[in-house]
Amino acid sequence: MGNSQQFCTFYLANCLFGIEISKVQEVLQHLELTEVPLAPSTIRGVMNLRGQIVIAVDLRRSLELPEQPPGKTPIHVVVRTAEDAVSLLVDEIGDVVEVGEQTFEPPPETLRGRVRSMILGVHQLNERLMHVLDVEKVCQITEEGESSISGR
Amino acid sequence: MNDEIVREFLVESSENLDSLDRELVLLEKDPLNKDTLSGVFRTIHTIKGTCGFLGFSKLESVAHVGESLLNKLRDGVLALTPEITTALLQMVDAIRQMLDSIDKTGGEGERDDFALVQLLTELQCDVPVNPKTAEVVRAPEPVPMLSEGPVPTIGEILIGKGAASASDIASAMRIQNEGDPRHLGEILVERGSVKPHEIVEALQTQQAARAGASESSIRVDVALLNKLMNLVGELVLARNQILQFSNATEDAAIVAPSRRLNLLTAELQEGVMKTRMQPIGYIWEKFPRTVRDIATHCGKQVRIEMAGKETELDKTIIEAIKAPLTHLVRNSLDHGIERPEARVAAGKRAEGCLTLRAYHQDGQVNIEIADDGAGLELAKIKRKAVERGLLSPEKVAQLSERDAVNLIFLPGLSTADTVTNVSGRGVGMDVVKTNIEKIGGTVDVTTKPGQGTTVKMKIPLTLAIIPGLVVLCGDKRFVVPQISLIELVRIEAGQARTGIEMVHGAPVYRLRGRLLPLIYLDRELKIEKKSETGATRDGVVNMVVLRAGGRQFGLLVDEIRDTEEIVVKPLGRLLKSITTFSGATIMGDGKVALILDVLGLAQRAGIFSEVHDRAVLEAAPEKKEKTQEMQTFLLFNGPDKARMAIHLGALARLEEFPASRVEKSGEQSVIQYRGKILPLIHLENALKERRGARRSPALPTPADALSIQVLVCHHEGQAIGLVVEQILDIVEDRAEVKSPATRPGVLCAVVIENRVTELLDLQAILQAAVGAHEEELAGVSG
Repeated sequence: MGNSQQFCTFYLANCLFGIEISKVQEVLQHLELTEVPLAPSTIRGVMNLRGQIVIAVDLRRSLELPEQPPGKTPIHVVVRTAEDAVSLLVDEIGDVVEVGEQTFEPPPETLRGRVRSMILGVHQLNERLMHVLDVEKVCQITEEGESSISGR
Repeated sequence: MNDEIVREFLVESSENLDSLDRELVLLEKDPLNKDTLSGVFRTIHTIKGTCGFLGFSKLESVAHVGESLLNKLRDGVLALTPEITTALLQMVDAIRQMLDSIDKTGGEGERDDFALVQLLTELQCDVPVNPKTAEVVRAPEPVPMLSEGPVPTIGEILIGKGAASASDIASAMRIQNEGDPRHLGEILVERGSVKPHEIVEALQTQQAARAGASESSIRVDVALLNKLMNLVGELVLARNQILQFSNATEDAAIVAPSRRLNLLTAELQEGVMKTRMQPIGYIWEKFPRTVRDIATHCGKQVRIEMAGKETELDKTIIEAIKAPLTHLVRNSLDHGIERPEARVAAGKRAEGCLTLRAYHQDGQVNIEIADDGAGLELAKIKRKAVERGLLSPEKVAQLSERDAVNLIFLPGLSTADTVTNVSGRGVGMDVVKTNIEKIGGTVDVTTKPGQGTTVKMKIPLTLAIIPGLVVLCGDKRFVVPQISLIELVRIEAGQARTGIEMVHGAPVYRLRGRLLPLIYLDRELKIEKKSETGATRDGVVNMVVLRAGGRQFGLLVDEIRDTEEIVVKPLGRLLKSITTFSGATIMGDGKVALILDVLGLAQRAGIFSEVHDRAVLEAAPEKKEKTQEMQTFLLFNGPDKARMAIHLGALARLEEFPASRVEKSGEQSVIQYRGKILPLIHLENALKERRGARRSPALPTPADALSIQVLVCHHEGQAIGLVVEQILDIVEDRAEVKSPATRPGVLCAVVIENRVTELLDLQAILQAAVGAHEEELAGVSG
């Protein structure tokens, strides 16, 4: 494979997603969150990651997926963005997969609006579709969501 | 081209240009100062040389004519005139612009400096020359060997040590100048003026000085310092956690190293903080130039004086106060200092004086900008405020002098009759105030008609680690920066219902006769919890009185915890638009707590709105009567329910401890307090002692009291707790003296809030108590 890429995969509401592995800093569980009053609902809180204040984004809410059933502890996928580290809350973590360019396709027509802009495209894996997440876009929309909510 | 070399050139040159500004202004005052002139020449020469080497030809040509002009000045062919200074300053500006452009785009930019070059060339001769003859001036001039910085010459060292006389050195140098190729030392030894070993020693001294000048400091990337600061912040937190653990154990294996860790961390923290400190002179350097330009522009004569240039502040703070300071300097020159003729007419010196002063006080930096100008015209300010519709005439009439001065901080108010290009557009003082408050500082203005205006700022030393008060709202913790804090008020259940009123639909609390607008933290932050603030089971309301934007307000919270040193960390960009939080910190338990932005919170709650203005105004007349000679007292019940008071300023803190925590150390009752042992003095005993009665050794706390109330004060550097029966209130009163003291330990009896109250002589009581304690110790050892 000429231009193969590695992805860190995870599940959200039984859908498979992937983030380019070079963007992922670490995967963690059991971190205590401090809620931030007045913040948009997609921001679940802030946490102490070895002295760094890291914002935790609820990816289900960002992607307009149904809420996770109560009692399940989410997993933090800490990604490096242009400015700082951000934690994305996911249901479950998957394998690291290596895919080539030939399996890449644009996002399916069924995705619309805001959600569609956060998905770069899909890779066809063995009987599964992996949605490639645009991390910068997720952050950007979270940030904008803030202004639209506080302006309400 | 090597980017790194260009970068180094830019950094070095921009520093040099700043000092050029200063030196040129200095030179104008003292045109015969050879040292300054050589300094200026050297700087331009360096810039010219380097940019020639790097291929910036436009820059080189400008620097070149400047250098030629300076050379003539240095050789005494030309005398310095104001025109020459102005032209040289223009040259500095042109060079600065080109450097900026190189920094941003990599090139010198499209610019035509022909006029400037022409001007600088013309100034070199009395008759204007055409550009062709200007080339003739370009004859290569001998470049002197310039000693770097303060490294002394061999001759200077020898004279300094008394090894050679000045005339010996001079004649040796003459021989050298006549073509003798040997070193100065060789000539001197040969002539027998100096012994060889003295030359060797002098050379070693010179070597050491050279090493000192170039090797004692290095350039460090600010990003690296920030990283170090973060790491130290981390270390502080880790240490706090370890200390929490080690305080609970008595295992020497952990206690000893954790104490050591504590000390080392504190020292490291201080050290790293120091690396980020810069002297305030760093921004003041630019002011002589600014002052000269504006003064020339407005036809004024102004002298600038600076004191405390070396006062150090954190780099981030230096950056933040740069613009406000510049604005204030401009203001003083434009509005404050009068024209020479007006000054002479008023019986003052024609030359005005602008004084900048900086000094440390109480862990803060004070900066004063004072002019000896006309002072603020309060009547005019009041009139403007009414004209602009900022305040009603009735309200303005009620203002005290102090409040009237503070009107200049209102947005949209300018007293300048004409708008100049320097200042007077009506934006400014409000921005200055906001910017200073943003970094936790305060601004205060005092003015005397005909004598001048002084602006005084108090600025925190650093923003990285600050003291903060931890408060609870529901189960959430928030930190209030100590700098915004005025006082803590506990409103008892009974008072809460009557004390909190609604004025024009806004909740207010009457605190010592003044209406204080209130903010409910839970409502403002939309925190959902089981019970509303104030509706807790005991009905007690905790209020934190805060200051922001020149206003005071009460913040109602569920619980008030302790103050802590916190490490301020930025919230990520995703949350930067939330103005109610200025950052976050990590608490001892490793969890995150948000830091409240007091100004942002007040703005969100609408404290600055008209409703609150009116509410505060309604209480204003009452306040006005009382402002004369008001003093703040703490009222409490002494022994036998005697009503007593003490100056609040004399106290460090008020505390309540469970009686069970009181321990005995010999005869002395003590309590463990903030990691130290706090000796307790029972007021009852202290007053008895003063009477000469025998001290009762037993603890006088009534058996039924579960807790003791303690006034913590400092005496000769030690904290001492004074146990009183009951703390009543903090009040402001004129406290007129009615009668002299009836018993020792009491200063006098005064009337506070219409009741006779004994004013405690704290110093005497502490003195006596400490004295007695020491006597006791002496008795034991003897």
